[in-house]
Order: sequence, then C-alpha cells, then structure tokens
Amino acid sequence: MKFILYFLFLFFSVSMGGIGWWLERKLTARFQYRVGPPWYQNFIDIMKLFIKETIIPQGASRILFILSPLVSLSSSLIVALILITDYFFKQNFIADIIVIIYLLIIPSLFLILGAFSSANPLALVGAIRETKQLIAYEFVFIVSLVIVIIKTGGSLFLSEIIERQMLGNIYFKSFSGLIAFILAFFYLQAKLGIIPFDTPEAEQEIASGVMIEYSGALLGFWKISKLLLYFSLPLFIIFLFLPGKFVDIIIKYFLLILLITVVKNINPRMRIKDVLEFFWFFLFPLGLIGIFLAINGY
Amino acid sequence: MGLKEKILVKSLWVFHISAGSCNNCDIEILDCLTPRFDIERFGMQLIGSIRHADVLLVTGAMNKKSAPILKDLYEQAPKPCFVVAVGTCPCSQHMFKDSYNTISSLDAIIPVDVYIPGCPPKPEAIIAGIAKLINKLTNDKR
Ligand code: SF4
Repeated sequence: MKFILYFLFLFFSVSMGGIGWWLERKLTARFQYRVGPPWYQNFIDIMKLFIKETIIPQGASRILFILSPLVSLSSSLIVALILITDYFFKQNFIADIIVIIYLLIIPSLFLILGAFSSANPLALVGAIRETKQLIAYEFVFIVSLVIVIIKTGGSLFLSEIIERQMLGNIYFKSFSGLIAFILAFFYLQAKLGIIPFDTPEAEQEIASGVMIEYSGALLGFWKISKLLLYFSLPLFIIFLFLPGKFVDIIIKYFLLILLITVVKNINPRMRIKDVLEFFWFFLFPLGLIGIFLAINGY
Repeated sequence: MGLKEKILVKSLWVFHISAGSCNNCDIEILDCLTPRFDIERFGMQLIGSIRHADVLLVTGAMNKKSAPILKDLYEQAPKPCFVVAVGTCPCSQHMFKDSYNTISSLDAIIPVDVYIPGCPPKPEAIIAGIAKLINKLTNDKR
C-alpha cells in the first residue's frame, strides 16, 4: 500500500517539477512580450530525447559518462522521497537534514564528473566553472542551515523543524530567519543554474558547457533529474522557512518560482569571479550576522 | 502518423550553422526568436550544442573550407536529424555559382529535407519552411 503511495508521490513531484519549469519558461516569455511554450512542453522535450539516438563520444570514459546521469537521477529521486515522507508520514531518521545536504550535492558532483569524462574542451571549461560555483554556494547554504538549526534548538530532524513552525512562529518572520531565507534563495538560484549564476551552462559562450556531449536518453536522464530538483529544492526551502498546509505549500512553491523568474529576467549573467565574490564576501558575512542574531534569539 | 513523429514535431530543437553566409540569413533566423515571431510557442528552441539538435538550419554558400566541417557536423548530430537550407545560397549557390571557392549546393553534400529560398528569406518564410518540414514528417509514415 505504502509502496503505491510512494510511486504516486514521485509521479506528483515529477509533474510538479515540470509545471514549475514550464512556469519559469512561460513567465520569462511573458516578461519579454512573447507567447511562450505550452504547459506540456518539458514533458514532450524529455519524451523526444528518449526516441533520439544516444551518442557516446570517442575518447570519453564510457562507464563514468553513462553512470553520471543515472546516479544524479537516483539521488534526486531519493531527496524527493525523503522530503515527502517527512512531511506526510512524519517518518524520519536521525540527522536527515545532513543526509539531504549530501544527496543534493551528488547531482552537481556527478555533473562535474560527467563533463570531465566526456573529453570535450568546452565541457571542461563548464566543469571547472561548476566546481567553483559548487564551492561558493554550498558553503553559504550550510551557513543558512546552521541558522535554522540554532533556531530549532539544535535539532537535526526535518519533521521537528516543520512542526515547530506549524505551531506558530514561522522562521521567515524573524530577522535571522529572513537572512537565512535570502541565503537559501540565492543557493536555489545557483543550484538550478538559472541566469545570474548559469556560467557552467552558458549557451552563448561555451555552448551548453557541461551538457555539450550528452545526447538522447542520457540527456533525458539529466533533464528528469533537473525536473525533480526543480520541485524538491524549492520544497526543501519552503519546509525550512515557511511551512504550512499542503495547499499553502503549493501556492508558496509557485510564488518562489515567480521570484526566481523575476531575478532571472532583471539580471545579466555573472562572471565566475563575481559569483565567488558575491557568495563569499557578501552573503557569507550576512550569514554570520544571521548566526549572531539567531544565537541572541532574534 | 505515429506517436514518434507526433512527439518529435512538438519539440524541434534547432541548431544554426553558418557555412559562409553573408550574415543576413543568420540575422533573419535570430528574428524568429523575437517577440513578434516567437518560435518557442511551437516548442522550438535555438540550442548551442550539435548533440542536442533535431534540425540543422544551414545558411550560406558552401566553400571549400566549410564543406568538410559541415559534413562532420551532420555526422555528429544524433539521428533522426533534419536539414533545412535557409536562403538561396545553400539551395542553389546563388550569385556565387561561378566563384573559385564554392563547390556545390548543399544537397550535394548532405541530404536536405526542406528548401527555403529568398535572399534573405523573411522570418515568416522561415517559419513556413519549418511548417513544411512538420507536414512532411507527419505525412510520411501514413
Ligand atoms: S541567401 Fe542572400 S542573404 Fe542569405 S547568405 Fe546568401 S547572399 Fe546572404
């Protein structure tokens, strides 16, 4: 019985991710006075990738090249499942937040490995940029999580964090919580590779960078993995800062996507140096202030 | 019309190759992405990597240098992959027919599915050409 429920949840998160991604594309189109794609576009794109030929480039390390999208897909599936079981069944294990952090790093890590293994100079440039970004944004996100954990009194259970806030004091409304939310928001933007931080996939300079050699079904697995991240990452951030009833969460998810799209459309792409400076010299000190405020109970 | 074609024509990813054009056709292709024409509403996307391509838009008269590169690019694209000749240059060499540097029209080098003549073709004509390609795909297998 529970097994079927899990499958339903996975189906739900994939479709919500597709809708979220579509919303991002559609809103971008509307911002530019265009019409934009129909709602099923992302699903059609992925289905199409599975009927195309899959090419493995000569000189690539075959095992790593094939394995990276699969590992990335499975880890993002597990993240979606953990989040959903946490919310609905209150079922969790010790320190599941730390497990989620690790599982969220895996897709980026294997993106880098897959790009390195594809033996393409542009993919190499993309992978190096992704590595630098990874160092920048993961660090800031962990600072933001530290603020949340301090506010929950040192608990590492996600369900406890959610329950605490459901009782009344939502973290988003306090000063330190707001700072942590800002850090987490920029982490979300960078992790999904949306415009101010899309240096590893920059289409105009390095021709989709890390993805350049992937084709057919393997690219399809990357897209599904990104689809799942499109749902589970905003969901995780909503659970951390402003949880509520199920309908509320869905509305907040769409609002978060709207916010992402606005930031995407009013900013140009940053250089990799500027990304690092922004995360380390602006957001990190802000995070330290947030930790200080959280310890003092603001 | 099979399911495969139905899916394929709803999400054609377009890769743009300039094989020695005068740059005018390329500008017209970029015009198709602007708010006035907006091909993204048909699910088409201009993409950066040949490995993701479904449609190759080739502009310009082939010269001795670009013809081998073009052949390589066609072999690198994952099949099924369609070729559209944009402008009179790739269709029939245009005014460069007697040049010392050009070899032949595009269809002597790689198979071409749709020809869009014009110097340069209007964005409307390019979209009409893609619509022709879609018609060809959906009616082929009946
Ligand atoms: S068809 Fe005309 S506009 Fe297009 S590349 Fe040739 S000469 Fe230039």
